Amino acid sequence: MSVPALEIDHVSKSFGALRVAREVCLTLAPGARHALIGPNGAGKTTLVNLVTGLLQPSGGAIRLDGTDITDLPPERRVALGLARTFQISSLFPELTVAENVALAFEAKLGHDRQIVGRLRDRTDIIDGTAALLDSLGLLALAPRPVTDLPYGQRRLVEIALVLALAPKTLLLDEPAAGLASSDRNAVLDLLLRLPSALTILVIEHDMSLVFRLADRITVMVEGEVLVEGAPAEIRANPAVRDVYLGKRSHG
Amino acid sequence: MKLTATALALMVDGVAYAMILFLMSVGLTITLGVMRIANLAHCGFAMIGGYLGFMLVSKAGFGVILALIVSAAGTMVLGAALERTVYRWVYTTGELGQILMTIGLAFVMIASVNLVYGNDMHALPLPSSLTENMNFGAVSISAYRIFIIVVSTVIAGVLWAILEYTDYGARLRAAVDNPRMARCVGIDVPRMFSATFAGGCGLAGAAGFLGSPFLPLEPFYALEYLVPILMVVAVGGLGSLKGSFLAALLLGVVDTLGRYYVPALGAFVIYLAVCALLLWRPQGVFARGGA
Amino acid sequence: MTTDAQASRIVRDAFSRHPLSWIDALPWVAVAGLYFAAGTYLPLGTQVMIAIIFALALDLALGFGGIATLGHAAFFGLGAYAAGLYALDISTEPISGLVAAGLVGGIGGLIAGPLVLRTRGLTLVMLTLAVATLLHELANSFKSVTGGADGLFGYKIAPVFGIFSFDLAGRTAYWYGAAVMAVVFFLCKALVNSPFGLAVRGIRENQVRMRMLGVPVISRLVMLYAISGALAAVAGGLSAQVTKLVGLDSLTFTLSGNVLVMLILGGTGSLYGAFLGATLFVVLSDRAAAVDPFNWLFAVGIVLILAVRYAPQGLVGLIEQLAARAGWGRGRA
Repeated sequence: MSVPALEIDHVSKSFGALRVAREVCLTLAPGARHALIGPNGAGKTTLVNLVTGLLQPSGGAIRLDGTDITDLPPERRVALGLARTFQISSLFPELTVAENVALAFEAKLGHDRQIVGRLRDRTDIIDGTAALLDSLGLLALAPRPVTDLPYGQRRLVEIALVLALAPKTLLLDEPAAGLASSDRNAVLDLLLRLPSALTILVIEHDMSLVFRLADRITVMVEGEVLVEGAPAEIRANPAVRDVYLGKRSHG
Repeated sequence: MKLTATALALMVDGVAYAMILFLMSVGLTITLGVMRIANLAHCGFAMIGGYLGFMLVSKAGFGVILALIVSAAGTMVLGAALERTVYRWVYTTGELGQILMTIGLAFVMIASVNLVYGNDMHALPLPSSLTENMNFGAVSISAYRIFIIVVSTVIAGVLWAILEYTDYGARLRAAVDNPRMARCVGIDVPRMFSATFAGGCGLAGAAGFLGSPFLPLEPFYALEYLVPILMVVAVGGLGSLKGSFLAALLLGVVDTLGRYYVPALGAFVIYLAVCALLLWRPQGVFARGGA
Repeated sequence: MTTDAQASRIVRDAFSRHPLSWIDALPWVAVAGLYFAAGTYLPLGTQVMIAIIFALALDLALGFGGIATLGHAAFFGLGAYAAGLYALDISTEPISGLVAAGLVGGIGGLIAGPLVLRTRGLTLVMLTLAVATLLHELANSFKSVTGGADGLFGYKIAPVFGIFSFDLAGRTAYWYGAAVMAVVFFLCKALVNSPFGLAVRGIRENQVRMRMLGVPVISRLVMLYAISGALAAVAGGLSAQVTKLVGLDSLTFTLSGNVLVMLILGGTGSLYGAFLGATLFVVLSDRAAAVDPFNWLFAVGIVLILAVRYAPQGLVGLIEQLAARAGWGRGRA
């Protein structure tokens, strides 16, 4: 078996007496399309925060392409090929769409330190931004400040932003949340067209999206992994149904 | 023996100064802790209370205790009035905007006070019973300092009792801990805050009056003591009354002793200490961990 | 379908621009105008230019980088004392004196930055205030070096380029100041138009997202802070050379507050705000403070409250709103 793209190895996290993650194990093969589902408060976003480094685990290890990243700060993990989107799109509000995506290219190319020379002369950044926006059909939005955009379009911009990083592993936190169905289809389309070499972990509540995208599903409840398996198995699993519908009052 | 007597007198001075700082900072730490408003005009309320009380004592012949109560009440009323007007604007801007608006308000206070009183310094004329020194053997301590410490401790005790034992206190503590959650459980945070803001202004006014014999009143009082108070609040932790108390004690005593024993460095020591403390614990040295 | 070249042009046009335009010539038209029209006001004009340089430096840190600081006078003072001491002890040559001042300011930023810029919000403001007050106390205490409350004075400044000596009417100082202002302005422009310029604006907008792009945020902020500090120190050094006097007032909270007010009035994040705000503030305070300092304070207070409430983008913002209604484009941070 080749080196897993992402390995979450018995990761735990506690805030004082509150355990938000308990010995979570999750392994993603390169090119996987893996969904993480579970009721609110199950610890899914916490897990993503742990993987990206915004939180430090109380125990366990995280490995990216075999490299132990458990002690690395977020910036270094991103440099190693990890990227994520946030539940509420995390962009640069007063900057234009073009500037948002250009920043990602700039960071990726290591140009963010350059104080000499004009940004307008950096054809690598500009051409890359133009090509990406065009391929996603967002070129018309380029001059608009993100803060002027409706929610659905901001979601797409955020996905463009992370794609500019050319990541190897992508973590998506509820990409379809709060979207109207047309926007949701646009997002799903985009996700289905992503390169097959890209490893994707997506947190979602929208089951139709999950079943169309994922080849494996992990269910988390109250900080623990309940079960993991192929979509058909998960769909048929009675324990999973109970978690979502609540324990039946009789029997 | 003389060294210890001096040290003791200095300690008393330091504690008295600390008590004034504490009373002044109570309002500010609650304001910052509950509503996250940076109110840099807070010291201006202390100044106004001081001038009010001064006027009552020197022009109207009020006794010290009565003047204290009336000036505190007067400042409270002013605080409540401003909260309903100018501060509504302050709530709507970001952090930098609040800082600038409240500095602007402080400037207006300074100019207004100057208009009425001119810019000479004014110190409270004390009744003879309080100006003497009390002698304990070889140690001579200013009676007024003792008076301040006693009065402040009483006020602090009353505050603490309100916080710990009353319904209002419990709700205030909840609002400080987690304003959003408090709102969810039905605590009317904005209204509670208006009342608390006014109370904090009243306390500041009391502090300005009490401290005026040795922290003289002049128009720039509003900015003069802003930095020490901000430091007390920052070190004590936003919203923490106990933290403010301890931080005020620490800063007040260290500052007083420092100025006496190491005059070459002057106030340098205190600012270095504050920098170090803030870097070590940005959320406040005495704050409860978390949130 | 758009061609690649068209797409790239669309993207390029979508960047906030700070190109050189006719607006940039205005300050120097004013500079020349004042010289020929109202020669007695040259010293005031020089003071305005010093304030503009200081405000430009602060705009880099605050307007572009989002670093809220109540202690920028620390850099001004560092530069002033550095230039004064340089003239007293090393050389009276002015340009190297300014370079020395800038270096001291930059080093100050590199030392304080990593400590201070780890914090945010009110703690950051408090720390900048504490550090500035600390420096003020230090300067007050080390009288043998700084002259304490009396300050530094009595040092000479050699002619600029060995030719233009500083005359009593202030003509040399005026053009010297204008030249320094030009250099600083073009440096700021270049920085703002660079890739780094976009990066610091990103940090201002969303630090977490910048980290999630792989950018070490604190390192970048320190670099910005050091550059801003160096330029503010140049302003201080210029002041020391032109007035031949350095005092504790170059390190006060009042000075930090004044430059902040200038920038807020003028508008942050556009560089032009520094010109407008500094000019307005220095001229008005010179006129008004001479008449009645307390009424001036009252006026500043009222203006501050109203400006934050009704014109948070300052004068530049108001002008832009008017220009937008007239149909002109946008081009700021």
